[in-house]
Amino acid sequence: MVRNVAIVGVGHSKFGVRHDVSFPELAWESVSQALDDAGLEQKDIEYFIVSNAGGWSSEPLPAVVVGEYCGLTPKGTARVEAACASGSSAIKLAHDIIASGQADIVLALGIEKMNESPTPTVVEFIGRAGNYFWEFQNFGLTFPGYYALYATAYMHKYGATEEDLCRVAVKNHYYGSYNPKAQFPKKITLEECMKSRYVAWPLKLLDSSPITDGSAAAILASEDVARKLTDTPVWIRAIGHASDTSNLSKRDNFLSLRAAVEAAHMAYRKAGVDPSNPIKYFDVAEVHDCFTIAEILAYEDLGFAKRGEGVNLIREEQTYVGGPIQVNLSGGLKAKGHPIAATGVGMAVELTKQLRQEVEKERQAVIERGWALSHNIGGTGHYAYVNIYSLDKPRG
Amino acid sequence: MGQKSQKEAMEEALKQFEQFVESIKQATGLPIVPDQKTGAALWVDQRELRLKYTISVEKIKPFYDGLMDGKLMATKCSKCGTIYFPPQSFCPTCRKSEMQWMELSREGELLTFTVINIKPASFAHYDDYIVGIARLKEGINVTAWVREKDPKRLKVGMRVRIEVVKRQPEGYLTYEIVPVND
Ligand SMILES: [Zn+2]
Repeated sequence: MVRNVAIVGVGHSKFGVRHDVSFPELAWESVSQALDDAGLEQKDIEYFIVSNAGGWSSEPLPAVVVGEYCGLTPKGTARVEAACASGSSAIKLAHDIIASGQADIVLALGIEKMNESPTPTVVEFIGRAGNYFWEFQNFGLTFPGYYALYATAYMHKYGATEEDLCRVAVKNHYYGSYNPKAQFPKKITLEECMKSRYVAWPLKLLDSSPITDGSAAAILASEDVARKLTDTPVWIRAIGHASDTSNLSKRDNFLSLRAAVEAAHMAYRKAGVDPSNPIKYFDVAEVHDCFTIAEILAYEDLGFAKRGEGVNLIREEQTYVGGPIQVNLSGGLKAKGHPIAATGVGMAVELTKQLRQEVEKERQAVIERGWALSHNIGGTGHYAYVNIYSLDKPRG
Repeated sequence: MGQKSQKEAMEEALKQFEQFVESIKQATGLPIVPDQKTGAALWVDQRELRLKYTISVEKIKPFYDGLMDGKLMATKCSKCGTIYFPPQSFCPTCRKSEMQWMELSREGELLTFTVINIKPASFAHYDDYIVGIARLKEGINVTAWVREKDPKRLKVGMRVRIEVVKRQPEGYLTYEIVPVND
């Protein structure tokens, strides 16, 4: 028997350079909000999962450091890693523990404190995330470098331009400017983006998500418990997941993230979404725009646009508020920030608040269907999670 | 990127920061400094961890013997015929280790490329470098540096070959993608 699972409480720290708090203090910001939001105490949490990529931060056992500081001991815990999709892996495991009947209330926390190390060290750590021995050791790739390989191939094949990529940044900064939790709550112009320096040609600084400290927490509960706790549970309708080769050279092409396509198909199949026209099911989506090219690939990998036509969605401003599919109204990774392992949980928090219509009015999606989608990619398409959330209950 | 290399700039910034920490530590007895932007109190780590791994290549030694002869070697499964590059000593499809070593043609086309402008700490001593992925005649892809400084002179689909080179200043054998101008 598989049980329905809902998000019943969420918390989200301010994202940014958080030199004002320590690692566990940063965790507490979102854990305390999530407990308050759910109306629960620490003793009610039966298990907690901490997603943290780490390396750049000083604590090698983040789960127990967080557990002690937040008063969650002696509950069982584990730290999980799926690179930039770690947060979604935490949501999946929390969901599965509850769906399978092993617990009724589980907390998923994503946390990253990247600024405990200097920038070149952080660039090194993310660059090593792929295949260290065959890609990094000799060729020193970086995170923007990997996505730039996709950008070069995509631009060549479909005639997209650097301006097109910058249009994604302009949109996401526009909505980020209304999100007080965002690292860069400010608008940018197309010209500013185009003038920013290259970090990995053809990708520029303003095509890129920043180095971010942040945490996000979601409390998940079984249907019986969720009904008692809240009038607006946000149901986890489906979770699609996939992985791809560590070496980019093992991929067929650099026009699409295979794992994202697989994960989307799995999620659509589980939720009964017609993969030929998924847009009609959803009001709002958070997609993994670690670089501007990644949002355009996401449009196509999710089936929001045909191959080569993702770029038209941003040219025609179809992913703004009021458009057929409203994307990254949080500011996305681009402007809200990308604290690696907190990002996936941050997406769950954002979509919960969007569906409850609790976000700042300038960036509130029009909610008509009550369905939302998150697309969270780890590494360069190494891990993919596509989650579908709904206001209406899945089954039973 | 100006006159200063990324490595020089990095080392200079680090040295200045360490001198700043040292002066504060001498005055207060604590390695706590204000963040340059916000003034938040930061404890500066008094321990340092250096990481340098040793990685087994015992089962793929013929690959390195090949580099010494200027060749790029891959493995091929005797059972299903799959070619592995990077070379693997086991075939996960057949769950067998009946692999043959074969020399790759070193000829192919450029699939994609980028310039690494902002470099990782351990690559900061190099000038900006181009990384590409080439597809060889055998249908396998190779990631490597491209022997070219200007990305505008490269084109997706252009003919390339692979050459074994000695990477300097470290002085070890590796391989490179070389554009073929025809
Ligand atoms: Zn085989």
